[in-house]
Amino acid sequence: MSTFSLIIKQIINGLQLGSIFALVAVGYSMVYGIIRLLNFAHCDIIMVGAYIAWFFMANFANMPLIAVAASILGCTLLGVTIEKVAYKPLRSSPRISLLITAIGISYLLENTAQLMLGAAAKKVPGFFTVETIRIGQVTVSTASLVTIAVLAISMVLLTLLVQKTKLGRAMRAVSEDAETAQLMGTNINGTISFTFAVGSALAGIGSVLYCCAYPQVSPTMGSMLGLKAFVAAVLGGIGSIPGAMIGGFMIGLTEVFVSAIGLSTWKDAVVFLILIIILLVKPSGILGKTVSEKV
Amino acid sequence: MLKVENINVYYDNIHVIKNLSFDVNDGEIVTLIGANGAGKSTTLKTISGILRPKTGNIVFENEEIQSLAPHKIVSKGLVQVPEGRRMFQNLTVEENLEMGAYTLPKGEIPDMIEDIFARFPRLKERRKQVAGTLSGGEQQMLAMGRGLMSRPKLLMLDEPSMGLAPLLVDQVFDIISEMHAAGVTILLVEQNASMALQVADRGYVLETGKIALYGSGKELSESEQVKKAYLGG
Ligand SMILES: Nc1ncnc2c1ncn2[C@@H]1O[C@H](COP(=O)(O)OP(=O)(O)OP(=O)(O)O)[C@@H](O)[C@H]1O
Ligand SMILES: [Mg+2]
Repeated sequence: MSTFSLIIKQIINGLQLGSIFALVAVGYSMVYGIIRLLNFAHCDIIMVGAYIAWFFMANFANMPLIAVAASILGCTLLGVTIEKVAYKPLRSSPRISLLITAIGISYLLENTAQLMLGAAAKKVPGFFTVETIRIGQVTVSTASLVTIAVLAISMVLLTLLVQKTKLGRAMRAVSEDAETAQLMGTNINGTISFTFAVGSALAGIGSVLYCCAYPQVSPTMGSMLGLKAFVAAVLGGIGSIPGAMIGGFMIGLTEVFVSAIGLSTWKDAVVFLILIIILLVKPSGILGKTVSEKV
Repeated sequence: MLKVENINVYYDNIHVIKNLSFDVNDGEIVTLIGANGAGKSTTLKTISGILRPKTGNIVFENEEIQSLAPHKIVSKGLVQVPEGRRMFQNLTVEENLEMGAYTLPKGEIPDMIEDIFARFPRLKERRKQVAGTLSGGEQQMLAMGRGLMSRPKLLMLDEPSMGLAPLLVDQVFDIISEMHAAGVTILLVEQNASMALQVADRGYVLETGKIALYGSGKELSESEQVKKAYLGG
């Protein structure tokens, strides 16, 4: 293989990984935007989504779309339920209580998964019958192309939703000034639930795509993915949807290239180094607005 | 139309509104005046459902509303233009107006926006601009326009003249009179007591969470006590 096709291949791998980070990062960003919470349970929603995908693939391997639909639905319900049961009662409590609750929910989900399904990783059957596609000189995996395409479609739909619909406008208004949005007649609880639903549905999509890239699931699989997606969200500017996407791609590409030059043991460290650098140099991230911090 | 009956409102355990009662009749302009920290905004926030009274009732068109969610109160036609304009800075002028009409059917919105633009031509020129880039005066116009977009029966205005140049203050009061002439009942909170008492049918003077005085606009503007404390003489 020529150097050129090798580089193309790595870029595609980076974009694939970046797409997954982006999908997860957008969920962090949207929830942060609307209730100023770093939703630590978000990464475990992905874990649950991945287990759902695993369950359906293990039992109905010839119907991958069912697994996809079930993951998305499961994550959406889980995200909305967590908000209703755990976060909503704390709407007027100090923000630190909310943060601690989110961490608690995260442990609850991880430990429940461990109790029910065991700590050992389980293998997820392949989603694609044709595993690679050859384009000219370059052979790429179907999963990579599908992942990138799904991200592109999701982001276009999400942008339309947020920019062009009444609910999207309400989401933006509530994240800017919840009290005034209420005075205009927006149902704040409904808007927050809807935001969790959208963010969690994207996490569901992300979890399936993650299973395509790394076909195994375990109770703690969400934590590293979640942390990196969180770094992506901060890098892009937390609260900003396009920022989360850019951040996701940058982290994905960085990770792949660090591995490609033979430093794969350092790839996680590099991501956190990036976090430290942003926090020192530009804490508001690439597209973030400088806001007074409320956490 | 609106009856506030013996409400008590607290921030944690600070007792801010103490046994407050007043009413607004259909078709009136009623003003609530008082010094900084008297509890005017707190009263309006309580009526809008953002804060809850610990005791007491708020009745709007013969229905108790003190435990309704804020958006339910808005959809009944009881609407507030909050203090300090509170534009959605990252939304465009047009989107801000659309937010004002949140509870109305979609089909009616474009016509209403054109009505608002007819009243405030400067906003029309800036319809696609984000509200954060408007001047203070333009933002106040947008705030009033946004309040009107909800087709209120009773519009509560919290210090609409705050921080505006005299010319703009006059314009704000003109708009209030026009809205009133068009059939909107108005509850006007002001520190600019002389202007407020001129347009108001009746007024209440709020001092540390209690009604200190009330009467017709004329009576209050002639009262020695009000002159001394609020009219600078
Ligand atoms: N969020 C809050 N937490 C605690 N105390 C508050 C809060 N908001 C207002 N207060 C207190 O309640 C009292 C009444 O405040 P409020 O804002 O209702 O006054 P106001 O009459 O609207 O004053 P202004 O003319 O300055 O707007 C003040 O003493 C204020 O310090
Ligand atoms: Mg006030």
